[in-house]
Amino acid sequence: MSGLPVSDRDDLSRNEEGGLALQVRDLSFAYGDTPVLASVSLAIAAGEFAVLLGPNGAGKTTLFSLITRLHDRRRGEIRIGGFDVRHQAVQAHARIGVVFQQPTLDLDLSVAQNLAYHGALHGMAPREARARAEAQLARVGLAEQRRTRVRQLSGGQRRRVEIARGLLHEPRLLLLDEPTVGLDVGSRRDLVEHAHRLCAEEGVAVLWATHLIDEVRPADRVLVLHRGRLRADGRAEELVARLGVDTLGEAFDRLVGEEEAPCP
Amino acid sequence: MPLMPWLHCLRGVVSRELLRFLHQRSRFLAALVRPLVWLFVFAAGFRMALGVAMTEPYQTYILYEVYIVPGLVGMIQLFNGMQSSLSMVYDREMGSMRVLLVSPFPRWYLLVCKLLASTLVSVVQVYVFLAIAWWYGIQAPPLGYLWILPTLVVTGFMVGSLGLLLSTFVRQLENFAGIMNFVIFPMFFLSSALYPLWRIREGSYLVYQIAALNPFTQAVEMIRFALYERVNLEAILISVMVTLVLLGLAILGYNPSRGMMARKGGGGD
Repeated sequence: MSGLPVSDRDDLSRNEEGGLALQVRDLSFAYGDTPVLASVSLAIAAGEFAVLLGPNGAGKTTLFSLITRLHDRRRGEIRIGGFDVRHQAVQAHARIGVVFQQPTLDLDLSVAQNLAYHGALHGMAPREARARAEAQLARVGLAEQRRTRVRQLSGGQRRRVEIARGLLHEPRLLLLDEPTVGLDVGSRRDLVEHAHRLCAEEGVAVLWATHLIDEVRPADRVLVLHRGRLRADGRAEELVARLGVDTLGEAFDRLVGEEEAPCP
Repeated sequence: MPLMPWLHCLRGVVSRELLRFLHQRSRFLAALVRPLVWLFVFAAGFRMALGVAMTEPYQTYILYEVYIVPGLVGMIQLFNGMQSSLSMVYDREMGSMRVLLVSPFPRWYLLVCKLLASTLVSVVQVYVFLAIAWWYGIQAPPLGYLWILPTLVVTGFMVGSLGLLLSTFVRQLENFAGIMNFVIFPMFFLSSALYPLWRIREGSYLVYQIAALNPFTQAVEMIRFALYERVNLEAILISVMVTLVLLGLAILGYNPSRGMMARKGGGGD
């Protein structure tokens, strides 16, 4: 019994032949009269690592909320692995893993209990959830801490548990919303490293939202979001070259500063 | 769609709620102390002033303590249901609602699982309370304790759905005291939990009318009759209908394209 998410493997392979883990087309959204996202279009291939870079308030979390269908009063289209999140919600949801900006683990429950809960939410039998949890925890180096209460883990460890949880149901797309907030330098580096490995080894597409430029590697694909608009989409090093600047930081300043000082 | 994944989901939500409850001993104690204070202090003190004459479903003259036990059962469920539904959307716990809602199961099903889980927690609290009351000398017919089980489930869903519904359109949810003042206290005091309706009518006709319209009154009467192996059909029908309406509205409120999520956003950016 493989549970709800993978009960239609055939659909999955058929729909993902195109190779797009995430496809967003002409997405617009407003809170009341305040526009938050304006005609955002982007696509992420299976196994691709993409950084969604934008200052606070750029609309990153809103974009994630729409992709996960926390709300969907919006215009445009969102597809996960070929499935429309509105009309094929079950299939689409089964293919997304999320690490939210705020910590969302139950602090008083053990690591294993937290993961078991998530497995159940995806319709897994206890035994299957346990086996998958063990595999995921081993991957993030927390196999020993299975029975530890989350409260006793460090911030970096908690984030790794959340990543293990997000991958428990073998999604094709992992969304991480500023996952390194509040972590020390070492943990941040480990997390970035881990996410890259996931793409390379597991073929999981990762969309990594951040406002921290130092988390971007030169070869990473960068999507710059500012005031609800996509300002740039390309490899970090190409972006730097195209804008004729020395660092990604300067490129970023140039892109998000456009409105104040429009460049030709 | 196969049935097993749905059951796994339900089991997961319920066992998480029970585990959390076991780990939060202070919450359990608070939930228990509240009605016990009413029973031991308030009722004992008011016994003289408020002696209750023979009234349905009681067969004899009863002590005031005996009268308020079903009302206190309702109170336990009222507090528990509100707390559990509202706590899902509190700032710090906003996350737990998000975790629930990224599940691929339909939203109505997730909310029903959640309500069932919090109802079970309140049922555990109720039986512990009734055990203490039994030891104190307030004893109903043994089978009555079985009879009340379905009424407890209905009441749990009623107050839990109300909590969910409130969470969809009350903006400042951080303020549980506000909900206490404007929802929990009026529902509890303006009901038949503490005084029989006929006695309220002697005091104020207006208050009597409000209490008679209060769905919580129907829930308490449903529990009261069941505890004495009686069926109050009117109370049951009204309670079930109110529960279904509240549940429907709560589910509607959590619809991603119209409910609170759309209006409030998800926090963050």
